[in-house]
Amino acid sequence: MHAFWGKILHIDLTNQKTWIEQKDEEFYKKYIGGVMMATRLVYDNLPKGADALSPENPLCFATSAFAGTLVPVGNKHSVAAKSPLTGFIGDCLASSYFSAAIRRAGYDGIVITGRAEKPTYILIDDDKITFRDASHLWGMETFETEEAIRAELGDESFRSCTIGPAGERLVRLANITNDRGRQAGRTGLGAVMGSKNLKAVTIRGTKPVEVADIDALCEMTLALAKEAQGTKTVKYRTIGTPANVLAFQRLGVLPTRNYQDSVFEGAEKISGEYMAEHYTEKAVACFGCPIACEQVAHVKEGPYAGARTSVDYESLFALSSNCGVDYLPGAIEAIHRCDRYGMDTMSTGVTISWAMECFQRGVLTKEDFGGLEPYWGNHEAVAELVRMIAFREGIGDLLAEGTKRAAAKVGKGSDHWAINVKGLECSGHDLRGLKTFALGAAVGTRGPCHNRSLAYEPDTKGQVDRLKAEPSRGALAKEKEEFAAVFDMVMLCKFLRGCFQDIYEEIPKLFTLTTGIEMTPDDLRKAAERCINLKKAFNIREGWKKEDDWLPPRFLKDPIKDGASKGSVVKPEELRMMIDAYYEARGWTPEGLIPKEKLIELGLDDIAEELGV
Amino acid sequence: MVQKQYIVCDPDKCVGCGECELACSMAHHKNFDPMVARIRTVRIEPIVMLAVACRMCEDPPCVLACPRDALSQDVDTGVIHVDTDKCDGCGWCIEACDFGAIVLNPESKVVEICDLCADYDEPQCVKFCCKEALSLSTPAVVAQQSRRKVVKKLLQELLES
Repeated sequence: MHAFWGKILHIDLTNQKTWIEQKDEEFYKKYIGGVMMATRLVYDNLPKGADALSPENPLCFATSAFAGTLVPVGNKHSVAAKSPLTGFIGDCLASSYFSAAIRRAGYDGIVITGRAEKPTYILIDDDKITFRDASHLWGMETFETEEAIRAELGDESFRSCTIGPAGERLVRLANITNDRGRQAGRTGLGAVMGSKNLKAVTIRGTKPVEVADIDALCEMTLALAKEAQGTKTVKYRTIGTPANVLAFQRLGVLPTRNYQDSVFEGAEKISGEYMAEHYTEKAVACFGCPIACEQVAHVKEGPYAGARTSVDYESLFALSSNCGVDYLPGAIEAIHRCDRYGMDTMSTGVTISWAMECFQRGVLTKEDFGGLEPYWGNHEAVAELVRMIAFREGIGDLLAEGTKRAAAKVGKGSDHWAINVKGLECSGHDLRGLKTFALGAAVGTRGPCHNRSLAYEPDTKGQVDRLKAEPSRGALAKEKEEFAAVFDMVMLCKFLRGCFQDIYEEIPKLFTLTTGIEMTPDDLRKAAERCINLKKAFNIREGWKKEDDWLPPRFLKDPIKDGASKGSVVKPEELRMMIDAYYEARGWTPEGLIPKEKLIELGLDDIAEELGV
Repeated sequence: MVQKQYIVCDPDKCVGCGECELACSMAHHKNFDPMVARIRTVRIEPIVMLAVACRMCEDPPCVLACPRDALSQDVDTGVIHVDTDKCDGCGWCIEACDFGAIVLNPESKVVEICDLCADYDEPQCVKFCCKEALSLSTPAVVAQQSRRKVVKKLLQELLES
């Protein structure tokens, strides 16, 4: 076996102990890497039912075959734990140097359990692991922390995952940041780190990465990298994902004012095209990426002069159109704050827009907001609320819990506009106008996620009638979920997906040339199915109920008011029908549970014993 | 007359991906290891990105600094040769190089310097740089390109004014 070391590093923060768990080739054959490997580590290391913010919740990192290699966009790591936001699997991934650092330090995964007595950071210097005092770093922002650690260790090769003030305060929207501005963004994993008193994980790896057939691998990767300079990635390279603003506006699915509207009158002014013309300085790349999608926006004058961060569509919709904001510098500032404080821009934006709708409807008042008036479009209030959430100040303490918990606390019907599934806030897609994705979002194991389910693609690309619900969407959602799972397991960036002819043919080749482990197209298909079933099994073990696969009331009751999707709504009976079809396509019971035989067929025998029906 | 060539990086095109480092290590060591890459990416976040390799200086300070005469410069190409029998990894050349373009191989304990991929038909970092930020160039061509760039910019400003 090449590339993989067969080693998982365990770190117990409570007792300051570390040990190595050996894994054989079978483990990598079955769990591949990335989110599947990380999920398996969580499954095995979390005592059933343990609270997400308890010391028992294992924070699990996993690399993949391609970490540290030249395989384009293959330098990604996964982080997973039980999510403080959903109580289900929180499986994230992030790009750049950190994954290569784990690999080069000699590990395939890291499992961190327990809770340090005082603020601590873990220093992994190849084989040497130390627990270092982080009192002087506590309170620092994410980018700042990373630089401070590098400065005190005196070598640029140290790569860190950090949390900011939000993670320290157990904000359930907090994320984990690495390599400046790369984030394991969703499901609140920053709070898991915070609950462990863990400010950062810092790694220096100096071991060379050996692969099975370097010449053949390089030949194949060069062809892919060249392909990645062509039309298939032109959107990412030039405007970046903010190009979606106008594309979604045309489809009438651009979430606006907390999903009350699906067309935004200010769309032009927050569009990717407008940003590219006025604010984008340069597109930069993650380590090992020949695409370079990261559009760094810089505000040079006006009230937000100095705001400077990379802007993608999901961050943008959440903190602009969805808050009614048509002033791009305001959105850039809000995104920059989220990045610095270490918070998920998506969940933060959607939680703020929930609060703004509460204000619109008089459910929360100016007094509740400590004097702020968060009317639609008030970008100053949005930026201030980002800060208040990060520091749990005033109403920020309520909003730091996310829409589901905040709505439960505030009541007065505010759950109607709490736009989340399983507690995770929705993405920048109005699901009423994208019905295949409405299904994908309802059943997603980590909540409604465009990264875990590419079911929006047939809708936005016009391959199906996006305003229609039909049973065939069940199999389609399954297929698109597994397509995404392939990328999330082997950990290639999905922005490369258009550069393959057939992922099930080409990716096994890349995998085998790298690791020497045989993999057929069927092996990969089966692995993708295993990945989804494993995550679902974890959720079932942690208390998943059938009603958790559902959509927020707004999408089921309020038809889209205007634009190309006008009148569309996901009727409850339509959603039920599609979910039933999805369960059937998966080979699950009508109750959404996994039969024993299915789990055994996927090689998850131990889980079949525990949970199979 | 042979004009010396070296690896040039255009900072406007460099995205900081580091693929050149991996290509270099692949070419010389058949593995992926930036620690022994003879070209290194410098990232000054968020937007300054540049890859740096040996500049093949005239009167190279690295050669002068070496107390064991392990380094010598090819008179035609400007490439610095390392006599691995003489080099004992003291690192004076590394300190002497203003560009940080010399690496000490932690395993073999001798230094490594860009040889323009003598064993290949082209430098592999250039080949793998999909952004075409890297090129094998001569001082004369670099100067030509700079002139072209500056004139273009001036004309643009004239046209706009």
